[in-house]
Amino acid sequence: MSDEFKIEIVNPEKSFLIKEDVLEVIVPAFEGEMGILKDHISIISFLKPGIITVLSKSGNEKFFVEDGIVEFKNNHLSILTSSIFNLSDMDNSKRQDLLKQAENEASKTEINDQSKYLIDQKIEVLRSLN
Amino acid sequence: MASLDDLKKRIASVKSTQKITKAMKMVAAAKLRRAQESAEKGRPYSEKMNNVILNLSNGISDKDNAPKLLSGTGKDNVHLCVVMTSDRGLCGGFNSNIIKKAKNYFNKLEKNGKDLKIITVGSKGNDQLKRMYGNKIIANISFKESKNANYFDAEKVGKMVIEKFNSEEFDFCTIFYNQFKNVITQIPQAQQIIPLKTERSKENESEDSYEFEPDEDEILSNLLPKNISTQIFKAMLENSASEQGSRMSAMDNATRNAGEMVDKLTIEYNRSRQAAITKELIEIISGAESL
Repeated sequence: MSDEFKIEIVNPEKSFLIKEDVLEVIVPAFEGEMGILKDHISIISFLKPGIITVLSKSGNEKFFVEDGIVEFKNNHLSILTSSIFNLSDMDNSKRQDLLKQAENEASKTEINDQSKYLIDQKIEVLRSLN
Repeated sequence: MASLDDLKKRIASVKSTQKITKAMKMVAAAKLRRAQESAEKGRPYSEKMNNVILNLSNGISDKDNAPKLLSGTGKDNVHLCVVMTSDRGLCGGFNSNIIKKAKNYFNKLEKNGKDLKIITVGSKGNDQLKRMYGNKIIANISFKESKNANYFDAEKVGKMVIEKFNSEEFDFCTIFYNQFKNVITQIPQAQQIIPLKTERSKENESEDSYEFEPDEDEILSNLLPKNISTQIFKAMLENSASEQGSRMSAMDNATRNAGEMVDKLTIEYNRSRQAAITKELIEIISGAESL
């Protein structure tokens, strides 16, 4: 019996990643990081800014996401996100850009606590990448 | 009858118009392929989003406290209509079809005594609507700078809609766009996005029990605003494919018409040239005879 399952990451523009031989996925869920293995219970959760790690037979990949929804059902993991970057494609300048953008947003005063929390998370993650 | 010179000039001018419409047709065809592709690629996202929301709204425990974006404000006074059109003309009935559909809807609303607010996306819609409904238009958004429909633009529109909803400026929101069926057929659509209609895709998804983290209500209140942007983005993608398709067939027609016109003018030109020659011959012969 294999312990592989299917992952599909989609953003509004296209299917970002489809893999059939995934062993484990670690997602930055809203209430903490969550590792998903085969035969996980059906779950819906949403993401905070962070790193998605995909461990598969054909190699491991890491992605930076800003938000998203995770749905796992019948060994099919779908991640919907509006902004996702492959870490290996992400160079320093891109990181700096995102960081600056996030810091700008964080300096605004009128945002509510939840978005403040999310932005702080984003800044933290981006800083830790540098 | 026009002189030979005039005819010649007209033929030349029609021919150069034909060249332009032909070029536009080919450009539209190339763009159409791209737009169609991105519309297809964008579909999984909105479908998945729909499914997730459907599952969530089925699982929601307390219907009365459901987020307002799902259940509505409980009132039915002010309708917001987002009319999505193109920024460029020369695309056949593309814009007029949307406007016609929207105007019908506006009339119905006004007959029922509802208040109307309009957001136009794309400058062509604004041009056509501002004469009759100028005082109802509360915003006009145009994405002339961005080449392709992209999600950030859609998000801008979505955020604006949600902001206005949260400040209770309207109770219902409907978006108008053209759904792309094929190159010759685009169907103008009116889609209600607030409150969200969830019953339409019920048959394709059996009810599953999910675990939610955090709970349903919280996920849903996070998800629904995103869904608005997603729906608007979907509409934008459909619209851009429709626009190019519509332009392509319009330009194809124009090219064909220009070709017909050139043929007709050429025949007329040849006839009058022949007539002139015949006339000259008659003059020469009758001149010779009289000698």
